[in-house]
Amino acid sequence: MNSATLENLDAPKHKDLVNEKIVLWYFLAALTYMFISMLGGILMAMQLVHHNPIRGIEWLSPGRWRMIHTNAIAYGFLANAFLGAIHWAIPRLTFRPVLSVFLSWAIFFAWQAIVLSTAVGIIIGQAQGLEWGETPVWIDPVALVGLLLLMVNFMPPILRAKGPQYVTLWYFMAMFVWTPLTYAMGNFIPQYIAPGTSGGAIAGLFIHDLVGLFVTPLGWGLMYYFVPIILKKPIWSHGLSLVGFWGLAFFYPLQGIHHFLYTPIPMFLQYGAVIATVAIEFVVATVVINFFVTLWGSGRMIVQNVPLRFFYTGMVYYFITCFQCAMQVTLTFQELIHFSDWVVGHAHLVMFGVFSQWLLGMMTYLIPRIVKRDWYSQTLVEWHFWLSAVGVFVMFLDLGLAGVFQGYWWASLQSWDVSVDGSYPFWMIRLVAGLAMFGGQCCFVYNIYRTMSGPQTETAPSGNLATAS
Amino acid sequence: MFESKAGILLVGGLGFFVFAFVSNAVVPILMYQHMPEQTAEQVVNANLMYQVEDLQRRYPEPFKKYVGEKPTTENVAAMLRHGRDIYVGEGCWHCHSQYIRPVSNESKRWGPVARSVEYQNELQRPVMFGTRRVGPDLSRESGRRSNDWHAVHFHHPKTVSPNSPMPAYPWFFDNDNPSEPNRRGLALMTYIQWLGSWLEVSPTYENYQPLPDVEVKAP
Ligand code: HEC
Repeated sequence: MNSATLENLDAPKHKDLVNEKIVLWYFLAALTYMFISMLGGILMAMQLVHHNPIRGIEWLSPGRWRMIHTNAIAYGFLANAFLGAIHWAIPRLTFRPVLSVFLSWAIFFAWQAIVLSTAVGIIIGQAQGLEWGETPVWIDPVALVGLLLLMVNFMPPILRAKGPQYVTLWYFMAMFVWTPLTYAMGNFIPQYIAPGTSGGAIAGLFIHDLVGLFVTPLGWGLMYYFVPIILKKPIWSHGLSLVGFWGLAFFYPLQGIHHFLYTPIPMFLQYGAVIATVAIEFVVATVVINFFVTLWGSGRMIVQNVPLRFFYTGMVYYFITCFQCAMQVTLTFQELIHFSDWVVGHAHLVMFGVFSQWLLGMMTYLIPRIVKRDWYSQTLVEWHFWLSAVGVFVMFLDLGLAGVFQGYWWASLQSWDVSVDGSYPFWMIRLVAGLAMFGGQCCFVYNIYRTMSGPQTETAPSGNLATAS
Repeated sequence: MFESKAGILLVGGLGFFVFAFVSNAVVPILMYQHMPEQTAEQVVNANLMYQVEDLQRRYPEPFKKYVGEKPTTENVAAMLRHGRDIYVGEGCWHCHSQYIRPVSNESKRWGPVARSVEYQNELQRPVMFGTRRVGPDLSRESGRRSNDWHAVHFHHPKTVSPNSPMPAYPWFFDNDNPSEPNRRGLALMTYIQWLGSWLEVSPTYENYQPLPDVEVKAP
């Protein structure tokens, strides 16, 4: 989309469409939760290497903070950052503002209340026994209402826009349907309707759909939006983006049970989940190919443009995780690596390496435009990128290797202590990698702070390469 | 259909989701329909009662204070429910699994492979399968360790397991003293002693011999 052609059109102006303030507030809230989440992760990592400085304080127990770690990243960081980004992208794509700015702010504050009370509920020991959904049961219905309000606020501009729609909006539309359904299914059925094994099958669907039907469509939708804008050329193949969307829509919901292979869940369902998982890797390949062919000929921009570098690094990591997925989902592989740190490494590469990095890239791109100031320090922007990207990849390799060792130690019937003691060096490296990632975010936050307290630039920021569009 | 709003919303959004839900969630629910869900009272069994009586003998004062004069089906069931809430709230299930797989020698290490019927009770709402083992599986834990071992272990794992990375839980005890478990400590021990107590053979001990040290000689 070329800004010159846009200006010639009789199109609504940016300032009438996008409420920049709310985008910024969402980003700042997201970063706050990123901080909290990382502190929880570091606490657990220190516990594992026998260096937890805090003992005997109930509210700082590593077991509880491990749940804060995952919930703060999913509902605090990812959800907030995505909401900020779609407050920018959807009005600009549809040429229509959201239904109501008042509702936007109401949702913003309601969502912060939901995430904060989730954290408090977990800290005081009221977690729900559902992985990635430890939100205490009394908050679940409120969160569901929040998700429905989001749909009410964002669907009108999409539905009112005329003519064929861009792939980004397909992902968003479907996501607005999938997310409340997933949330209700996962939080209510295993708790109130189906106990035991069948509830376990649904808990698996929930874990997976949360990533696949909430985070992934938002992530790819925004990639289809921001990458062509930064590269100043359209996505290579519209047809392939169709394959990607419909492949995801069909295969993703069918995979959840692969989180519980070799449980008493009926075997034919386990096979089905495995097949659907392998199938989606082909779909993923088409999406990634589409983006890399789009990049073809503009490769140098990755060197200069940090947001773009975040995006494409995320895509490489995405391809790696998905490729890994196709292997680790097989029953043969599961024998060895299930229950081990391999899975933890995989989860970090997806949640941080891919989606968080995409969002951090979007923030790096949007924040200077919103606050109308160049980045205070280009060096810090670079540090943020490298510490995040390298940190998470080291963690991924380290935990993957640890997982293979753990799997063999367990299967060879050695005493349990052998696997715990043997993991020590891996856990040490993981702690260092985690601290590096944490350091990266500190650079970013400090940079934002200095940028925002610096003088405003007259023109839109453009001299700075990190923000060059 | 592929690019229309109605197609995306109804077929992609709703249709495929419902298809997956029916095939992956409704099917197992229907398959297990004939297996009635048991209440906490119904899963109290003789092995568990034996362990709870042992708790009462070892910790008479705390038991009287937090549970009652003597163990009954009702107060043991209440302890199971409370114990499960603590197990969930403390995140034990993120370090311990509760199912034995038919592979990787797990049945040698822990005992019989998991079966659906074991999970068809209110204490598995939501099910505590778990996805990560930092510590060992606990679904066959009943009777493998004595109650005082558990008490000391929860109070400070390194006392009995020197290199344990498991967190300490001094708030399960009064006066920071492992011989004075409070309501939470007693409930959690009851819950842990319940895990696997329903099996025909319980407790199950590791029935394998440690590998002999093999000396490798240079060729
Ligand atoms: C950081 C992960 C972690 C958390 C959280 C954790 N454990 Fe452990 N647990 C371990 C490890 C590792 C071992 C093996 C070493 C040992 O015996 O302490 C273990 C051992 C055990 C054992 C002994 C198993 C046996 O028979 O050898 C029991 C019982 C146990 N944990 C119960 C619990 C309970 C109950 C909780 C929650 C209050 C809990 N654990 C929380 C890691 C954890």
